[in-house]
This record gives sequence, C-alpha cells and structure tokens, in this order.
Amino acid sequence: MCYLYVELQSVISIPPRLIHRGQASVYDTGCHSTDFEVHRNWLAITHSLPVSKWYHENTSEWTLDYPPLFAWFEYSLSHVAQHFDKEMLVVQNLIYTSPATILFQRLSVIVTDIVFIYAVKECCRSVREEKGSKDLLGHPFFILAALLLWNFGLLIVDHIHFQYNGFLFGILLLSVARHLQGRHLEGALLFTVLLNLKHIYLYIAPAYGIFLLRSYCFTKDNTDGSVRWSSFSPVRLVALGSIVISVGALSFGPFIAMGQLPQVLSRLFPFKRGLCHAYWAPNVWALYNMVDKALSVLGVRLKLLDVAKLPKASMTGGLVQEFQHSILPSVSPSITLICTLLSIMPAVLSIWCRPRGARGFLRCLVVCALGSFMFGWHVHEKAILMAILPFSILAVESREDAGIFLMLTTTGHYSLFPLLFTAAELPIKVLLMLLFTLYSFTSLKKLFRGSLLNPLETTYLLGLVAVEILCEVVYPLSPWQHTLPFVPLLVTSVYCSLGVSYSFIRLYVSLLRQHGTDKHKQL
Amino acid sequence: MENWSLVSICVLFGLTARWAVSLNSYSGAGKPPMFGDYEAQRHWQEVTYNLPVHEWYFNTTDNNLNYWGLDYPPLTAYHSLLCAHDHGFDFCWVLVADLLIYIPAVVLYSFYLSEGSNKKKVCTVLCILLYPGLILIDYGHFQYNSISLGLALWGVVVLGLGWDVLGSLAFVLSLNYKQMELYHSLPFFCYLLGKCFKQGLAGRGLFLLVKIAVTVLVTFALCWLPFLSDPGQILQVVHRLFPVGRGLFEDKVANTWCSLNVLIKIKTILSTDTQLYFSLTTTLLAILPSSIKLLMKPTLWQFKLALVNSSLAFFLFSFQVHEKSILLPALPVCLLLNDLPLPAIWFLQASTFSMLPLFLKDGLLVPYVVTSLAFLFFSIYLLSAFEHCSEDKLRLGPYRRLLICMPRMDLGRVTKWKFYFSITAMAGLSFMSVALAPPDQLPDLFPLLVSVFSYLHFLGLLLYFNIVQIAEPLQSVRKNQKKSN
Repeated sequence: MCYLYVELQSVISIPPRLIHRGQASVYDTGCHSTDFEVHRNWLAITHSLPVSKWYHENTSEWTLDYPPLFAWFEYSLSHVAQHFDKEMLVVQNLIYTSPATILFQRLSVIVTDIVFIYAVKECCRSVREEKGSKDLLGHPFFILAALLLWNFGLLIVDHIHFQYNGFLFGILLLSVARHLQGRHLEGALLFTVLLNLKHIYLYIAPAYGIFLLRSYCFTKDNTDGSVRWSSFSPVRLVALGSIVISVGALSFGPFIAMGQLPQVLSRLFPFKRGLCHAYWAPNVWALYNMVDKALSVLGVRLKLLDVAKLPKASMTGGLVQEFQHSILPSVSPSITLICTLLSIMPAVLSIWCRPRGARGFLRCLVVCALGSFMFGWHVHEKAILMAILPFSILAVESREDAGIFLMLTTTGHYSLFPLLFTAAELPIKVLLMLLFTLYSFTSLKKLFRGSLLNPLETTYLLGLVAVEILCEVVYPLSPWQHTLPFVPLLVTSVYCSLGVSYSFIRLYVSLLRQHGTDKHKQL
Repeated sequence: MENWSLVSICVLFGLTARWAVSLNSYSGAGKPPMFGDYEAQRHWQEVTYNLPVHEWYFNTTDNNLNYWGLDYPPLTAYHSLLCAHDHGFDFCWVLVADLLIYIPAVVLYSFYLSEGSNKKKVCTVLCILLYPGLILIDYGHFQYNSISLGLALWGVVVLGLGWDVLGSLAFVLSLNYKQMELYHSLPFFCYLLGKCFKQGLAGRGLFLLVKIAVTVLVTFALCWLPFLSDPGQILQVVHRLFPVGRGLFEDKVANTWCSLNVLIKIKTILSTDTQLYFSLTTTLLAILPSSIKLLMKPTLWQFKLALVNSSLAFFLFSFQVHEKSILLPALPVCLLLNDLPLPAIWFLQASTFSMLPLFLKDGLLVPYVVTSLAFLFFSIYLLSAFEHCSEDKLRLGPYRRLLICMPRMDLGRVTKWKFYFSITAMAGLSFMSVALAPPDQLPDLFPLLVSVFSYLHFLGLLLYFNIVQIAEPLQSVRKNQKKSN
C-alpha cells in the first residue's frame, strides 16, 4: 500500500516536470540560461577530445570545472547525444542550439530525475511515524514525498538553470536514506560518487567523515555514550577507505597518471571569483556587504570619508569580480574557510561525543550545509537546496524541526525568485511558490496539530509578500529604477539573509540542546 | 486538511497547469499570412479600439472582414475593447478571466450542487479544472472559451440553487459572448419552461415565465444596444455570426457529416440548401426526446443530462461545426464526473483526442500528452472510476433489457474493457499521427482516422446519455440514494 502511494507521488511529479521541460524547450529558442551552453560544451569536449585535453581545453569560456566523474558522465551522455544531433558535439560550435540539442538536453535531465524519484521513495520508507491510521494525505511519508518531489526550489532551478540537480540531489538523498536504513557502506559509496561528481559536496564531507568514523568504525559505545576505543574495527575502516580510494581512482586516476592533477584542481577551485555571486546569496556576507555599504554611504554623508578614496566598482553590478570592502575589513577566501569550519565545528564535535545515530548525523549534515552556505566563498543561492532537501526528512518527524523548516524553506525559496526575472515567468514562480508554501504549511500543521510558528516569525514571512510587491510592482514604476537598478536584488537578498540566519541559529540551538539533554541523561 | 486549503491547492494547481501550457507555442505562431487565433484576438482589439461601433461588423476599407473579421456576438467585441486598453501580456487576460468567472463557478458547483463527502467534492474540483481540452484550447490555441463556458456554468449553478431569473441572466450573457452557446439554449429553455408549468401556468408559473422573459429581452437589448438603432446593423451581425454560406463542414471534424462523407460524398451530392435542411431536421430529431423529457421533469439531474444530450446532438448533426465546439458538450459532462465517473472520463478523454490534429498543427504535442495523462491518472484514481463500474452504478439497466439473449455477461466489466481498449487505441493513433508519415495517396489519413474514431465514441455516448436520461422514471422514486460515497 505504502509503495502505491509513493508511486502515485512519483507519477504526479512527472507531469509538471514534463510541462516545464516541454514549455521550456520551445521557450528556449528565445533566451535560455548559459548553463545550457555550459553542458553542451562539456558534451562536446568529452566526446571530441582525448582525455588528456579535457581540463586544458578553453575554446569556450565555460571550461570543465566539475570533477572527472562528472566528465565521464557527460562522456557517456555524449554517446547518446550523437544520435540526436552530431553538430552539438563539435567544440567550435559555440552557443549551438538546434531543437534536437535542446530536446536531448531536456530529456537527459528528465531521465536522470528518475534517480531522484527513487531516492525519495527510499527516504519515505525510512520515515518514522506514529502508529494509528491516518488518511493518505496525513501520512508523514506522503507529506515528505510531496515536499521533496514538488520542492519549489528544485523545480525552478532545474527548469531554468539547467543543471543536473535532480540527479545529484537524488544521489545525496539516497545516500542519506541508506544511512537511515543502516546500510552504511552503500551510503558511503554513494557519497563518494557524489563527491566525485560535484565537489561542492565537500562542505558536508565532515559530517559524513566523523559520523562514519564514530558510529561505524567503533562498533560499540560505552554506557555513557562516549567512545569505546576498544571496539574499533579496522576491517570497517579498511572497507570505507577502499571505497573512497577506488572511486577516487576511477575518477581522478587517469589524470593523476598523466600528471594533470594540479591543472584539474585549479579548474575545480577557481578562487578568482568574488566573495559574492552577482546576486548576493542570502548569507552572512550579504549582511556584511550591506553594513559596509550603509556605513560608507553614512560616512560620505557625514563627511567623514572622502568619496574619491572609495573603491569604484559595484559589488552588485551583476558581474563576477573580486572586490574590496570600503570600511569593514575585506574578506579573503581563507577567512571564509575559517569561518565555515568554526561554524560547523560544534555540530561535528557533538556527533563525535554524543552520537545519536543516523538522525543525529542527518541533523549535523544539514547544519554543515547551512553553515557553509552562511559563510562560504562565492556561494550561489541555489546552494540553499543542499540544506532544505535533507532537512525535509527531519521536518516530518519532529514538531520543532517542522517550525524551523517552514521558516528556512519559505525564505530560501523566496530568495530564488530573482533567478526568474522575465514577465512570462512571474505567474509561474508566484503560483508554484504559493502552491508549495500553502501545502507545506497546511500539511505540517495538520501533522503536528497546531501552529508551528510564533507571531514574530509569521510577521516576517508575511513581510516577504510586501518585499515581492515592492520589487516586482512598485520599484519598476519608481524614478530610481534606472539609477539604482540593483536595489530590489539587494532588498531581497538582505531580507532573506535575516530569515536564513535565524533558521541557522535555531537549528544550532536545537542541536546543542539535544546534546545537552543527552548529557543530562547520562548523569 | 481544511477544505479551503485543499481547494486553494487545487485551484493553484489548475492555474499553474494553465500557465505552463500558455508558455508553449500558440495558434499561428510565426505562420504568415493569416497566422492564427492569437492574431485574430489581437486584430479584434485593434478593430474595436480604433473604429466606431457601427463599423465593427462591416466590410470597409479599414476593416477587411476576410482577415479575421469579427464573428462573435457583441460581448466579445466589448471584451476585446477592454483588453485593447491595457494591452499587456494577453495570456494574463485569459488567466484573469478564468480566475474570475470559470474557476469560482466550478468550485461553487462542486460544493453546493454535487453529492459526496468533502474530499470527493475537492477531487471533483481538481478533475474539472484539469480537463485538458479547455486548457489546451484556451491557453494553447488561445481563445476565451472559459468566459462563455464559465457564464453558462454560473447559469447552471444559480439555477440549481433555485434563482431562476439570475440563472437566465447569466446564460443570456454567455450566449451573447459566443453564439455557440445556442447548443445549450434548448435545455435552459425547456428546464425553465418546465418549472413554470410545474408551478402552474395560471398562477406563480406565469409570473415566473414573465419575469424570465423580461430578463432575457432586457439583457439582449442591453448587449445589442449600439446596434439597435439600425436594422441593417442587426442583420449584418447575424450574418457574421451564422455564416450559412460556408457549407456543411470544414476540415475534419468528428461529426456525422464528415464521417458520412467518407462513404458518400454528401457535400457534392446535395445542394447547400438541402444540406442545411437535412442537418436541421436531424438535429431537431436528435434533441427532441431529451428536451421533452426535461420539460416533463425539470430536475437538476435531468437538466445536466439534457445539456449533454442537446449540445452533443448539435455537435454531431449541426451545420458548420468546428472541432472546438466539442467543448460545449464537454462542460456539462464535467458536471457528471461525480455521478457517472467512467463514462464522463471516457467522453472527456475522447473529446481531447478528437482535437489532436488541431493541437499538432499548433505545436502543442507535449502539453497534450502531459495534460491527458495527468487528467486520466488523477480522475481515475481520485474519483474511483473503476470501483463505480457496476451495472447499477452505470445505470445500464436498459442495456441489460436489450441484451436478454446474453444474461451472463457482466456489462460493467465489458464497459471497463472497452474503456481500456479505447484508451490504448487513442494512444496508438496519437503516436502514429506524430511518428508516421501518411501514404501519398491519403495525405489526410490520420486526421480522418482520429475524427472517425472520435465520432464513433461520441455517437455511442450520445446514445448512452440519452438512455440514462429517458429511462429515469418520471416520478422521483429514488431508491436508497447514497448521500456519501
């Protein structure tokens, strides 16, 4: 029965994806995201050039900057692509967009989405629920399936930005599901594969590493929950190690053999890009930039600073470049790394000292993802999905998590609005956002029987409506639209970063409080 | 979950589906010199905005009627004028019209006039909103059918609630928006007349009749006000609305004449006048039983069935019918989704399928496939169509009496298998229309196959719905009427 419901959910999810693909495929002939060209270029590179040239090739500006396993994935796709249109596989055909190319690209995303659907099914199987019959719509696994399959952020990002996010998040969720089911080796394998497909998941590697080391390699705990060093199992450590090394060898092996490792790494970690993306992701640095700008404007007004001495370029100009702050100290990549590590340290230590099984690991994973989002270098706002999607699992199991989830999701999803900026897309993004928000609020409220947010939080979320009206309707009609065009983006970014920061703090508090309760239990 | 949130989710879902379809290609996109219906709407905005009222329906130097001349009644013209003032993104207007007129009518109908638990009502809302035919035509092909159909639906809802005068007002407005609503006019007339008879023509009945008549006349007068000054104007408008010179049918449409034409070339054998009289006679014969029954028993259930029967009969036998007119029977069939799920779903799917050649021409293949699959899936699952498949539930009693020679056959199961076969055949034909090229001697093979196949369905379903309506006893002896499903 349960499977039927989840199958139903998965089938329900396909039509909207197809509608979006279908409409996007025609709509695409006008304007489409550069990610489309990026992936076409990678198909061409992997198909037409020998392996030794893959990470050296730079005819197009969109060079290969994902780890080698992804390149192999594109290579295998390219073998199917040649049956659709051979021309797309020619490297020199920059911005080549025949209908067959578009069709193939879109179909490839749809097909790989199957991984995501399977992963959701597995997650739903692992969800704990109270006994007692509920109707279909009230079952936690149904709600989880809906929250994941119909996740607004994923629909929007995959639809417009054309990435294989469904596929990648599918692997992540599957890995989490395997850990929840106790199949740790499979989970580790999946995560290693994921890491070799997109290295951004390095941010959550600490959670995996410490959890596996602590809960898998040490087979037993002491009665007070602390480490029992005697129960260390070298066999398990070796098993894990061999998984990591073999996948790594499969992926990086050829390049290490050719001595190209430094080149590959330089492509993977391009620190030349600025602190913030063109549109500031709603993290700590957005607030930092805002304070810096406000102080500089104030300083100029109060004649404390000389205008000529301030750096000219605009952080919000829409271009990706390095930047210096005017008043507050500038932030370098190493500082962001240190901040990120500091932010995730307590969480990671907590699962070392007081492991709470797979769910504790999941909580730590979300904290790591969110921490890296808050403090990372050149974070894209899409990265909020790395925290939101796994968090959905916790949200259907605990009341407090559901409250934090609603706050984080609504703010995080709203921050994705500027990704779709044409008039034709406005109704779609508003309708989908309303659909998802309405569903998540009402279903979680019914599941946990009662209001999940306090009045302050509710007011903040209602403020999002005001911000939206301001940015989409009021501001374009105002005289500042031409002189200060970045203001709507700035307002969106800063307002959302307040909400995201608040959720981060609450999540941390709940994690540490659980840590505290565990400690008290031992006493 | 509370009702309002479920209904809001369904409405949002329906709106999203509509907008997603609208982002596809539309009728006539990039196809000079005539383009398509989108260009027609844009042209009408131009005409109504720039020219004085008395020139709207006339062929002048400024207004070439051959290039998408105005051929809908005055309300469409006023609506175009309104749109012309704020020529924003035109698809927004369709969405707004849907939101203001059609969708509220659907929600009100499901909650006040249909039976079943609250969940069933919400499911009904969702399934009606997901009907692919209307979404694809209004948002893909680009028309404003939701306004006329929505107003007609308001008429039904309001009549169902007992407010006869308002109901007739709504319907007259609908009629003045698109003249095709004439297909629905006879049931409205018979229902109201029947109600007047029931209340006794000597007393309250006569009063009601007079009130309705006055409402109708006044509404007509108000809509046609600018044209009333000159009889020539009225005649010209009527001439534009009913182009009898255009022949029995155009293109491939799933009605009797087009299908008959395959065997006997009627268009060439009979003269235009004979064709006109022939079609008129057959149409009247086809709608007679249903209308008389409604006159004798004016209940809501009979009314809904009569709407189906009348509009379907008109579609099958009338003059100059377009394939889009299938939306007119489709609307009342949507109202039957709750009561007779399987036949209703079958009809609605067949109606969408019958318009496949049109969708292919407009480049709407993907939306067609996706919305059809979504509709089938949702409606069969949510309305438990296969569970309500017994002979009793499908009201197949009369069929049973006809087939006394085969007493063992379970007609419910037979129907289910016929349904499976039909859907498979539709899928197969759809695939063939897209993937295969027709042979050179028969270039119209696939559209023809589609229309003949749909025609057989419509004919069978016309028979079925007529039997259901007429077989019902005159005195309402409703044995164990189930209140909640």
